[in-house]
Amino acid sequence: MTESNDIPIRLTLNKSLKSVFCKPTETLLSLLRDGFGLTGSKRGCNQGLCGACTVLIDGKPMRSCLTIAATCNGRDVVTVEGLLENGKLSTMQQALVDSGGVQCGFCTPGVAIALTSLLREDPKPDRTKIREALSGHLCRCSGYIKIVDAAEAAAEKAGS
Amino acid sequence: MTQEFSAVGLSSARRDSSEKAGGAAKFADDYSVPGMLYGAILGSPIASGRIKSIDLTEAKTVPGVVSILTADDLPDRRVGSFIKDEVTLARGYVRFVGEPVAAVAAETKEAADLAAQLIIVDFEDLPSVCSLDEALAEDAPLVHPGQDDYVRTSETPTNGNIFWSASILEGNPDAVWDSCDVIVEDTYETPGQYHAYMEPCSALAEPDLAGRITVRSTAQSIFYIQGRISDELDIPMSNIRCVAPKIGGGFGGKNGVSVQPIAVALARASGRPVKITLSRSQDMEMLRSRHPTRIRMRTGAKKDGTLVAREAELWFDAGAYTDESPAVLSFGMLCSRGPYNCPNISVKGHAVYTNKLKAGSFRGFGNPQATFASESQLDALAVKLNMDPIELRRKNAMKAGDHWLGGQTVDSCAMTQCLDALDERLKEEVSALPPAEEGWQRGVGVSGLSHISGLMGTSAFVNLRADGTVALQTGVVDIGQGSDTVLPQICAETLRLPLESIAYAAQDTDSSPYNWKTAASRITYTAGRAVMQATVEMRERILRDAADMLECSKDDLELDIGGTVRVVGADRKVSFREIAARAFNRVGGPIVGQHAFAFDGPRFDPKRAAMSNFAFDNLGVYVFGAVGVVVDVDTVTGKTIVQKVWSAHDIGRAINPQSVEGQVQGAVVQGVGYALLEELVWENGRLTNPSFMDYKIPDGMDAPSEITVMLIEEAPEATGPFGAKGIGEAPIVGVAPAIANAVFNATGARLTRIPMTSERVLNGILSL
Ligand code: FES
Ligand code: FES
Repeated sequence: MTESNDIPIRLTLNKSLKSVFCKPTETLLSLLRDGFGLTGSKRGCNQGLCGACTVLIDGKPMRSCLTIAATCNGRDVVTVEGLLENGKLSTMQQALVDSGGVQCGFCTPGVAIALTSLLREDPKPDRTKIREALSGHLCRCSGYIKIVDAAEAAAEKAGS
Repeated sequence: MTQEFSAVGLSSARRDSSEKAGGAAKFADDYSVPGMLYGAILGSPIASGRIKSIDLTEAKTVPGVVSILTADDLPDRRVGSFIKDEVTLARGYVRFVGEPVAAVAAETKEAADLAAQLIIVDFEDLPSVCSLDEALAEDAPLVHPGQDDYVRTSETPTNGNIFWSASILEGNPDAVWDSCDVIVEDTYETPGQYHAYMEPCSALAEPDLAGRITVRSTAQSIFYIQGRISDELDIPMSNIRCVAPKIGGGFGGKNGVSVQPIAVALARASGRPVKITLSRSQDMEMLRSRHPTRIRMRTGAKKDGTLVAREAELWFDAGAYTDESPAVLSFGMLCSRGPYNCPNISVKGHAVYTNKLKAGSFRGFGNPQATFASESQLDALAVKLNMDPIELRRKNAMKAGDHWLGGQTVDSCAMTQCLDALDERLKEEVSALPPAEEGWQRGVGVSGLSHISGLMGTSAFVNLRADGTVALQTGVVDIGQGSDTVLPQICAETLRLPLESIAYAAQDTDSSPYNWKTAASRITYTAGRAVMQATVEMRERILRDAADMLECSKDDLELDIGGTVRVVGADRKVSFREIAARAFNRVGGPIVGQHAFAFDGPRFDPKRAAMSNFAFDNLGVYVFGAVGVVVDVDTVTGKTIVQKVWSAHDIGRAINPQSVEGQVQGAVVQGVGYALLEELVWENGRLTNPSFMDYKIPDGMDAPSEITVMLIEEAPEATGPFGAKGIGEAPIVGVAPAIANAVFNATGARLTRIPMTSERVLNGILSL
């Protein structure tokens, strides 16, 4: 059901082109979760503070809970589901699994996006850089160590 | 070379982690069903008051509103495990800001929220008590004036806002203080800490036309939630089905109910599915925290460091309702001696009502508070005695065969080995760290620690599939701690199968065997035992059938890795698949195993200890450990950074070492938050920091960059599966005192109040 002030937008979502109407105040996170059923992006705070909702917009990690959906017109959005390669976990996602960086897994989608973006910018980050990249991502389970291990392992794998 | 283990002791990746890393794992709020309504809850705006009237007129006009409920629409019942003082929606009175007063179900979340805001409640403000001091003051207003009429599980005396007091006495401290060479005494204060699981609480309740209701929710136990909904809403358990989605962390915070009964009540009123997901701030204001406490403690020792006497009095700020406070208080009291022998000890404890959100279970369950006091005192004693702090602890450390406070015998104990391992690492590694930056002072601090693993009932079912693989069922909810992997590992090992051969069912009260809760660091130990025994029962049946098929005695058979039974020393064998096929189709029926038990270890011993009003009469098996930290303190600002942590744990046996390490590291960082950052702050009864903006938990930069985990497997627990004991809580217990002791070591300031914010550390330094 569309209402008169709904805004039509077109965006690339996980590599496919989508057209959709969104409400002027609707966040990208709501559009993804409720509109497209992509529930991989998590709502941990809805205030831009936990990082669980992070997605790539034009290649940059952004908080989808703070992003108004209508501003994504013409942009390229990648969620955690879109990191999969041929239906398989990406190197970064697999490294999170293998290093024990996934516990409850609620922070994992945002963490996977942030680290994917980090490794694209800097294929060989040191541990301090990795921790900095994680600084807006809260994880209450892991103590971060194994998440940092995972980024190192993924960098190594990609470099080999 | 024969491979010794097929599954246990291997760091298998968590079985659900691919799904989680790929974004496919479904948590409660990720479910939507056709026709679903959204729920919203109106929380009390005041800390204490009488509800004079509730006007729904305006709220009902919001388009899309389907049902609105207040207490008048619900059965008039009070519930609670220890004292029946709680209601689903406030009835007549409110007792804390955020307490649910009314609930709305509507077609959209926005409509539900708007309608909840438009409900007009006319309150008569009543005086409130929002701290221990206010609650304990003479003539303090009572949080529950009618408390003497509440149903209680135990006739413990009340006194004003103190609703539960307990005591324990061993030996006679009063008679021996004079014989002590040194005595230390202080009062310690610890804050309310928020669990800050990353997933806010959520529940989806789906009614069907036959009157049954299915509930998918964030909870640490499907069975507890089923029982509680039944109790609150007067629905038979047969009509309530609880299923477990993925859970985004719990740490004790999802141990009790959150929004499930309200979601169920709305679903029944509307006849439609209803989902309630709390916002972060509602989750913080409405649910639970760790108990803020005040602890007065006094300890005396001989010149050589031998502990002689301890006296402690603990006040636990329980918030507005009892919840699990008697258990948390009792456990904190039992941890007031720590993992040390001390012949004369007296502990008194009180749980106190205040007009704040409930305090409940939180990783450590009263123990971190008691240990903060206890281990700070040991450090102060070591300083007075001019003794190495690890040496002092080693001298008094419990050993196997010693008795816990209360008299329960401790059978497996690697306390000394943990201290030795820590000592060795600190000696080698502290001096190798790069030096502190200019203007910063470095300190080293240690703490011993101990906890339990056990309690209550659990069970497991296992059956052999037609192709020789296995299906395992338990009622254990994996809240992120890893039981979905560890329990199948135990099953696999018992059958010498690879982990991939075990299918493990999701938890559902309609089909899973009973388990109490994912709590008390109990799952690997108790549910692991049940899984192992059920599997052993099935294995016996497999061997019996194999003996029939191979025409030999069962005693001549052995299991090969990979699902084959062979005759020892001969080339005659039969596979699980062949055994299963025969059983399915011809002889005896499918091969199954089951086991159920409740923790049955030694009880408290009245000959050793005089105890009154304890919430339980035994606990579990005991786990021990030691933690060391290096901190740097900026002497200008007081800012404290934890550079490195070493955490040694008496684990019995690590079923999945990588998973154990992850648990330890996560708990250590939660402990760093508790020690340095985290504090719920109330002003006039209102929580002033209900968001991650104002309530900071450690992020990747606040967390120590290195946490070395040492798993000490020298004292396997005879009753545990493959010798294992639990690890979920222990690693948080000693972190705050170790950091406080390190701050003292760095600056000479002894902080007795956490969190040790920059301001408090600086004040400590300035008042030297
Ligand atoms: S949900 Fe967007 S940052 Fe927390
Ligand atoms: S794995 Fe649970 S919050 Fe990060």
